Amino acid sequence: MNLLLAPMQQAEKLASPSVNWGSLTPLLVLLGTGLVLLVGAALSPRPWKRGMYATMTAGAAIAAGVLQFVLWSGTVHHGPKALVKDAIVVDGPSLFIGISICAALLLAALVTDNYLRREDIDSPEVYGLYLMAALGGLVMAASNDLIVLFLGLETLSIALYVLAAAHRKRIESQEAGLKYFVLGGFSSAFFLYGIALIYGATGTTKLRGTESIKTALSLVVETDKNRALLVVGVALLLVGLAFKVAAVPFHSWTPDVYQGAPTPVTGFMASAAKAAAFGALLRSVVLSMPELRDDWRPAIWVLAILTLVVGSILAVVQTNVKRMLAYSSISHAGFILVGIEAAAHGGESGNRGVASILFYVLTYAVLVSGTFAVATLVGRSGDAAHSLDSYKGLGKQRPLLALTLTVFLLAQAGVPLTSGFVAKFSVITAAADANSYAIAIIAMLSAVIGAFLYLRIIVSMFLEEGDAEGDKVAIPFGTGLAVAISAAFTLVVGFFPGWLLTLAKDAAGRLF
Amino acid sequence: MIAVANVTPTWYLLLAAALFALGCTGVLVRRNPLVMFMCIELMLNAVNLSFVAFSRTYGDIKGQTTVFFVLVVAAAEVVVGLGIVVAILRRRPSANADDIAELKG
Repeated sequence: MNLLLAPMQQAEKLASPSVNWGSLTPLLVLLGTGLVLLVGAALSPRPWKRGMYATMTAGAAIAAGVLQFVLWSGTVHHGPKALVKDAIVVDGPSLFIGISICAALLLAALVTDNYLRREDIDSPEVYGLYLMAALGGLVMAASNDLIVLFLGLETLSIALYVLAAAHRKRIESQEAGLKYFVLGGFSSAFFLYGIALIYGATGTTKLRGTESIKTALSLVVETDKNRALLVVGVALLLVGLAFKVAAVPFHSWTPDVYQGAPTPVTGFMASAAKAAAFGALLRSVVLSMPELRDDWRPAIWVLAILTLVVGSILAVVQTNVKRMLAYSSISHAGFILVGIEAAAHGGESGNRGVASILFYVLTYAVLVSGTFAVATLVGRSGDAAHSLDSYKGLGKQRPLLALTLTVFLLAQAGVPLTSGFVAKFSVITAAADANSYAIAIIAMLSAVIGAFLYLRIIVSMFLEEGDAEGDKVAIPFGTGLAVAISAAFTLVVGFFPGWLLTLAKDAAGRLF
Repeated sequence: MIAVANVTPTWYLLLAAALFALGCTGVLVRRNPLVMFMCIELMLNAVNLSFVAFSRTYGDIKGQTTVFFVLVVAAAEVVVGLGIVVAILRRRPSANADDIAELKG
């Protein structure tokens, strides 16, 4: 009898952790809106009013962003905190990256609205998936446990697989979805195996705090017990994350998926998914495993250099603008990896590295969303006009649109008085502060090579004659608004970067 | 009398590593998306096995509960993957990875 009762008595001991619902509101807003959209639209007999889905998504993005600002001011007064038995943290970096993801979601919703109606595939599912992907990204950036991180990663990824294949009428879109799915699932398996080995070496999956990987590490390093297991685990973890951020040599899916996916989705992938994955990389490896630095820092170093060089060189030889932007996003990942390498040094210069990563992630998210918003417009009905020739004569046909695209491209190239310049500058100074001169020099050289690519598009827009047959590019309200917001942000941060740099530094300093 | 070796968790870890390598090779070698999904599932289940084995060595429950999360994720992944394959098969006769090559550059 006692034998039968024993498990039940044990079960009673399992107390559920206290949940601080107030601090989870950004996640709950995204989840709730997503569910309302999916269930409500499925139950209602006729489609909702025009633009209703996008308005709700944009509203949820703004609400989640504002709530994170409120939580931010909470951390200023009461310090960073951990929730749900230390599984989720509310601290500077997580909120900063969360706000970047919400900004990307807002811009994506604005662009997608017109896109879906132009392609005649308007449906609420796309917005529901956007919201779920953003939710996964927020969880990734805020997770303090490798299992929670894995769940966030999968929530983000699975939603993105479907989004990549969302254009029902284009076989390219479905091919992109399939490729992304197979390679994404493959990389997730590596990531998960890394978690298993780290769990095997340390006995825990918690990243920071009491009885966490961070505290177990010093024991492992001291006694050398399980060290090999741990190093292999971290290596596999890095492989999984390098896939997600599209670092060379794990980048092979990027050009195909970026080219095939619906253009607004590509913009969302390049901004939100990258931001979330870098947030996760920062917290899981850089900030939680400083004792093991000598083992994983060389790997980051090699990844950064390969990504910079391969990304910018291969970008130059492309003729499809979406593929070009895919390679350019790879080289931007290289720049952020330079910041990661600097952050790996720890201490004061490491803190500057973290701040430079946060700044880069936010400015790049806005920048790339704007760029792909313009590409969505130029793609015209059918989403197929993405060759360099499609941009010929855009300067004459739509001068203002061509001018804003020029601003985005110059910012991506890192021309002064744009946000991109400040971002590149802060990453490279962080690397120089950390005495990583070689990597800083390679980053600058690859920026020069990369500039050639952006100039090619600009030359095509302004100096080459357009073909008379092409339809005039239509600029609907939502997309125009998204382009205007991103361009304004890019220029304002370019002219007055001080406030955002201070915010990023604050965020980096307020770590759980 | 056959000598029965003492089966330690290490055996399970080695088996898991072998299964993982098998699944990994399968994804790289096979061209049929369905078989590739199966290989990814094999990799995930190999990881599950190592979670359980580690959980056993540490005598705590965390590794075993993790397996449930992984199973749910794997199920969700397969649903999405099969959905994409069905969408492709509706438009063309085969979903072989070599035939689906519109995107290149």
